[in-house]
Amino acid sequence: MAENQEIRSKIHVENMNFFYGSVQALFDINIELPEKKVTAFIGPSGCGKSTFLRTLNRMNDIIDGTRLEGKVLIDGGDIYGPITDVVELRRKVGMIFQKSNPFPKSIFDNIAYGPRLHGVKDKGKLMEIVESCLVKSALWDEVKDRLDKSAMSLSGGQQQRLCIARALAINPDIVLMDEPASALDPKSTLKIEDLIGELRKDYTIIIVTHNMQQAGRVSDNTAFFYEGRLIEYGATEQIFTKPNEKQTEDYITGRFG
Amino acid sequence: MTGKRRSEKFAFWLMRSITYVVVIFIAYIIFKILINGLPVISWNFLFSEPEKSGAEGGILPAILGTLYLVIGTILVALPLGMFSAIYLTEYAKQSKFTQTIRMAIVTLAGVPSIVFGLFGLGLFVITLDFGASIIAGSLTLACMILPTIIVASEESLKAVPKYMREGSLALGATKWETIYKNVLPYALPGMMTGSILGIGRAAGETAPILLTAAAFFLPELPSSVFDQVMALPYHLYILATQHPEAQKILPMQYGTALVLLLLVVGLNLFAVIIRIRVRRKYKW
Repeated sequence: MAENQEIRSKIHVENMNFFYGSVQALFDINIELPEKKVTAFIGPSGCGKSTFLRTLNRMNDIIDGTRLEGKVLIDGGDIYGPITDVVELRRKVGMIFQKSNPFPKSIFDNIAYGPRLHGVKDKGKLMEIVESCLVKSALWDEVKDRLDKSAMSLSGGQQQRLCIARALAINPDIVLMDEPASALDPKSTLKIEDLIGELRKDYTIIIVTHNMQQAGRVSDNTAFFYEGRLIEYGATEQIFTKPNEKQTEDYITGRFG
Repeated sequence: MTGKRRSEKFAFWLMRSITYVVVIFIAYIIFKILINGLPVISWNFLFSEPEKSGAEGGILPAILGTLYLVIGTILVALPLGMFSAIYLTEYAKQSKFTQTIRMAIVTLAGVPSIVFGLFGLGLFVITLDFGASIIAGSLTLACMILPTIIVASEESLKAVPKYMREGSLALGATKWETIYKNVLPYALPGMMTGSILGIGRAAGETAPILLTAAAFFLPELPSSVFDQVMALPYHLYILATQHPEAQKILPMQYGTALVLLLLVVGLNLFAVIIRIRVRRKYKW
């Protein structure tokens, strides 16, 4: 499956099944996600791609009655193992949500939220983190004069980049993005995509998207999900030009989904 | 005009009229109390003790007694209600058990206040041996308004969007950190206003304190929480119905009613002001 053998595997998923109560949402998922690459999850609505994404930082834990079978390893450690600290896991695996969700606080306080949780109190150090994260998320120039203004005063695209900056502030290895641009206009979408291109140097990025052009533009590898199953996984170029599976081809060419 | 439009017009007219009727009733009550009560209000009325069984003098002990009871009720009911609401909305899983708790809370809200009074008499006054006292009355009132506080608090906790919790959890916050830093600050104003409305109701209730705290006349102001108190609603009840010269002391009754009304309206106004101020501060 993974063709670049010299690339280190970051996430290893083995025989994973996932249930909401008695409803099975994911069936026997096996996948290796490489380090410092962008992997796109595509598929029609309800195919389980977001559910799968949320198993990687255990966000599904907060929903009553969910259950996971099988193994999810990050850097070789089982994140569903008995000694796993979910809080530690989520520090390592950041997440960007579909709907940008800035807190109704100042821009500064939004980004400082994570570092403060993890014990950074020094004002100078916080300022350093805020600035570097805003620079990384390409928002610094737009907001450097109004860090004390409410994050709600930003535009939709800026809000989403703020959320990216906020996720980076806890210094994760992996960044999960759940349709990060689906609520944005084309121009803001392009900015987010450029940003993903920059971030791939330092982070392992997994992005769920229903926009296939976007998957084509930003990702190294693409995984196609359908009805809770991983149908096909490979280099993005191969998936988009000569998919091995009929279902993948049908979806890519727009015959359904 | 078609029949449909005519019936619609009639329906609107009917609803508007009914609304006016409600407003007229309230306006009449307030007007009547104001007209008859205002002339009685004076420094002497507010700040001196009653004389001749309340026929003359002031109502200071009753005002103070009601304030003590209200403060006691707040101290007991606010933390209990808020923490119950936090538990129910944030921690408890949906189960038969929590459904039962919710049912119990709703049922509690519908229990007549005299039943709370009897309950307080049995538990706090007699079994726990507090006697008729501020503490027994406050505890009884607290039981009565707990459902109001819990329901109001639950509603305002639920009004904080889910993404605020998810966003915080995803940044590696624990559940309590998330609640404490990213949910409570936004829910607190709603919790406070709901609670103050409940407390306003407690201030005006007679039945629960009738058997647990209130005395018609006390020679001295209370010196501890185990002392009996006078209270405005009870004072008014006695003046209006039990007093040998009830007809002759009408002005005193109106004066007491006005003070009680102002106290409750004041509490409600306070709640409204908090809500407006905080709504301006946090928008999402």
